[in-house]
Formats: sequence, structure tokens, C-alpha cells
Amino acid sequence: MSETATLRIKTGFAEMFKGGVIMDVVTPEQARIAEAAGAAGVMALERVPADIRKQGGVARMSDPKMVKGIIAAVSIPVMAKARIGHTAEAQILQALGVDFVDESEVLTPADDNFHIDKHAFQVPFVCGARNLGEALRRIGEGASMIRTKGEAGTGNVVEAVRHARAVLGEIRKLQAMPKEELMSAARDLAAPYDLVCWVHQYGRLPVVNFAAGGVATPADAALMMQLGLDGVFVGSGIFKSGNPEKRARAIVKAVTHYQDPQVLAEVSEDLGEPMVGINIDTLPDEERLAVRGW
Amino acid sequence: MPSGAGELGVLALQGDFREHRAALERLGVPSREVRLPADLQGLRGLILPGGESTTMVRLMEDFGLADPLRAFAESGGALWGTCAGAILLAKSVEGREQRSLGLMGIAAVRNAYGRQIDSFETPLQVTGLADPFPGIFIRSPKLRPLPGAQKLEVLAWLEREPVLIQQGNRLASSFHPELSADLRLHRYFASLAGLPV
Repeated sequence: MSETATLRIKTGFAEMFKGGVIMDVVTPEQARIAEAAGAAGVMALERVPADIRKQGGVARMSDPKMVKGIIAAVSIPVMAKARIGHTAEAQILQALGVDFVDESEVLTPADDNFHIDKHAFQVPFVCGARNLGEALRRIGEGASMIRTKGEAGTGNVVEAVRHARAVLGEIRKLQAMPKEELMSAARDLAAPYDLVCWVHQYGRLPVVNFAAGGVATPADAALMMQLGLDGVFVGSGIFKSGNPEKRARAIVKAVTHYQDPQVLAEVSEDLGEPMVGINIDTLPDEERLAVRGW
Repeated sequence: MPSGAGELGVLALQGDFREHRAALERLGVPSREVRLPADLQGLRGLILPGGESTTMVRLMEDFGLADPLRAFAESGGALWGTCAGAILLAKSVEGREQRSLGLMGIAAVRNAYGRQIDSFETPLQVTGLADPFPGIFIRSPKLRPLPGAQKLEVLAWLEREPVLIQQGNRLASSFHPELSADLRLHRYFASLAGLPV
């Protein structure tokens, strides 16, 4: 009578990350630092987005050996990234025993029309979204967790804010709509009608909604929580900074105490050099990762 | 027993504390989020939710919550840990160096049912409940009663492993009642905390 990989098991697992920080790591050593700092999970990848940006080339799923090393190093959940539409990479990650797959625009897309059929997997998925339509399409495909795309590897939080405001603003709009307008809203959002109705009724996404892409400081993390997101992914922001351990601990504290400016002031003090940021306005369109996803 | 207006607390350092509060709200039990020692003032009981136990331990230590929590328990406050919360209540965590509050005579074995792809749901027979309770197990720990633990009672088993344990007014469950729509265990905990439900 025991069932695995039910909707409740997948989305329920995503709930466990709430109020927490998921940190990008590229080695078992970094994973241990993240765990000791209080990370609620780690994202195993070969290069952090800042390096992917700098070095260019095709960014793919990580070497299974590295993923296995990170799984063995920590007791907290381990996530890993597959390319958009790359079903085989996701199957490999599931076979390795990762706890969550991120179908991620940070890697080079493998399919420029379609995403992975995530219902077909035992392992739950997280996907990025810039607006409500995109979020609901991913949930319709089986995503158990949504995150803003932001603009990964820039250390600039402005895109994450933009995406969070877009999703949350569109949710408020749907909530206020009379029922007879929902079908046209679904058409305009290019989103499944039943999910549009769900959002109208409950006033939130049916899965947890995290911030990602450009979070570099405890204050950035607190800002995203204050906007109404459930937790935070930090990519390059930690291990590309001067004192990763201290910054990681500070961001963990900021996400828990995001409503307490006194605590935020204390944890923001003397963290060493932050990662060097990129002004997104000067970023050429072809270098923007957030536009990947269909 | 701490005095107060009959409120329960939910430890809100990290994890699914909102689901516990939503369950209590549906029962009509007032609740409050606990992040700092001062938040414990006047509570009748505290729920330690699911989430990541290492994260919660870290934050508990950084904000000086561990000793106030022990004092809260000693003064009669009821406690209920679900999944990660149960690990926090355990006397020890097997197989690794992880600190815990040590408020129940149990040892926790983390992730003992496997990784996320092994997570499962299954109906459980619970002592005192007429119908089966939906057991939702997500990267759950196994809980082992320690030899010599006083007044410890196993209220539910799954394949010869205890999954719901009571010791006085303290409860530990390896599963997540807060993710189900079933309010019976929240009601039971509220009664352990001396609240009318």
C-alpha cells in the first residue's frame, strides 16, 4: 500500500526547503562548507554561472563522478542541473540519486522548443520562470518547485526582483478577476486553464516559489523574502566572494530573520569582498540566460 | 505548565512551519512563529517542523535558542517534532556528529529510508485513532527508543520501526502529518499541551 513519487511526495519535499538557502557548489569540499553554514540543500554543478559566463562554450550536466562525490560528502539534499529539454541528462541525474533536478537555463539548452516531461520522473524538478505563464507551463509539465530566473552569474539582483514582481503581480491580478475572464487570461498567459483557476482560487502558485539569479548579499536575500518568495538559491554569490563561509552563514540567517532589520544589520557586517557584479543593462542580449525557456 | 492565553508556537527557523500553522488554524488553535528566545514567552507547547535539521541546529545555536528551549520543556511546555523536528528532539543522532536538544529518549538515524526517490506515503495504524492515518515520509529519519528511556510509548509502527513516539507530553514523528489534510494528530498534540480542542 506504499506509494512513491506521488504529487504530494514531490511537492511536499519542495516545501521542506522553505525559509532556507540552496547553495551552488562545485566540489565536495564546498558542499561541506555549505552544509556547515546551514544550507538547506546544495546544487552540484561543474562551474558556477559567473564562470560559465566568463569561459563561454557549451555548459552541460556535471560529471557523475563529481555529483556522486558531493552526494557522499553531505547529509542535506543534493540538487543538480540538466539542460533544458535534455531528458537523458535528467535520467542520468535521477539514476545517480540526486534529490532534485534543476532543468536550468544556466546550462546551454538542448532543445529550443520543448522542455522535459517531468511527470515521467520519480525525482522532482525545479524550473526557472520570468512570469506567471512560464511558471504555470513548467508546473503543467510536472515541475514541483519554481524559482525566478534572475540573471545568473551577475551578482545583480534586479532581474530576480523583476521576475518575482511579474509572477506575484500576475497572481494578484488573476485573484481579482471574475471567473468568466479566466479562460481568456489562460490564453493570454499561455498557461493551462486548470492551473489558472487554481491560482485564482488560492492566490499563490501550487508549488513553492524561490528566488534565484543574482542574489549576492544577505540584504538581497532578505529583499526577495520580503517580496513574498519562499526561499533563496545562491549561485556564484557565495563561492565567488572573499569569505564564502562567513557570507554563507550570513545569508542563511538573513533568510530566517528577513523581517528583522536589527539582525540583518548584524549579519551584513564585515563579510569581506562580495562577488564583482555585472550591470545587466550593458549585457548584450545573446549573453542573457533568462531568455532561455519556452 | 507555562501560563498564557492557550497559544502554541511553531519553530520558524526553516522548513514547513506554515503548514503546521495552517493545520492549527483549521482547528481553531492560535499559534505564533518562534525564531528568537523571547518568542517562547507564554506558549503552552511548541512544534518543531520538517525541513533540514542541520540548518535548524545551526540557527538555533547562532541565536541562542537551545537552552531557552530546554528550559521551556522543563517548565512543562509540550513539544512535537516532525521529521527534522524529531531529529532535534532526539538524545543522539546515529552515525554522525550532529548536535540536538536531547529532550526525548530516542536516537535518530537520518535519511534512513533513503534519498528523495525512495520517499513514500503509506497508511499507518496509530494507537488511539480509529482509522488509519496518512503517513507521508520524505527523506525521513528512523527513530530508535534508547534503552532505559522512561515512560516512552510507541504509538505507531511501520514494518517493525517506530514512527510515532510519545514520552510524557513530548511527541516525535518520522513522518509529516502537516502535509496531509488530516488534523487528528494536531488535535492530539493540542490536548497534550492542555488546550481545549
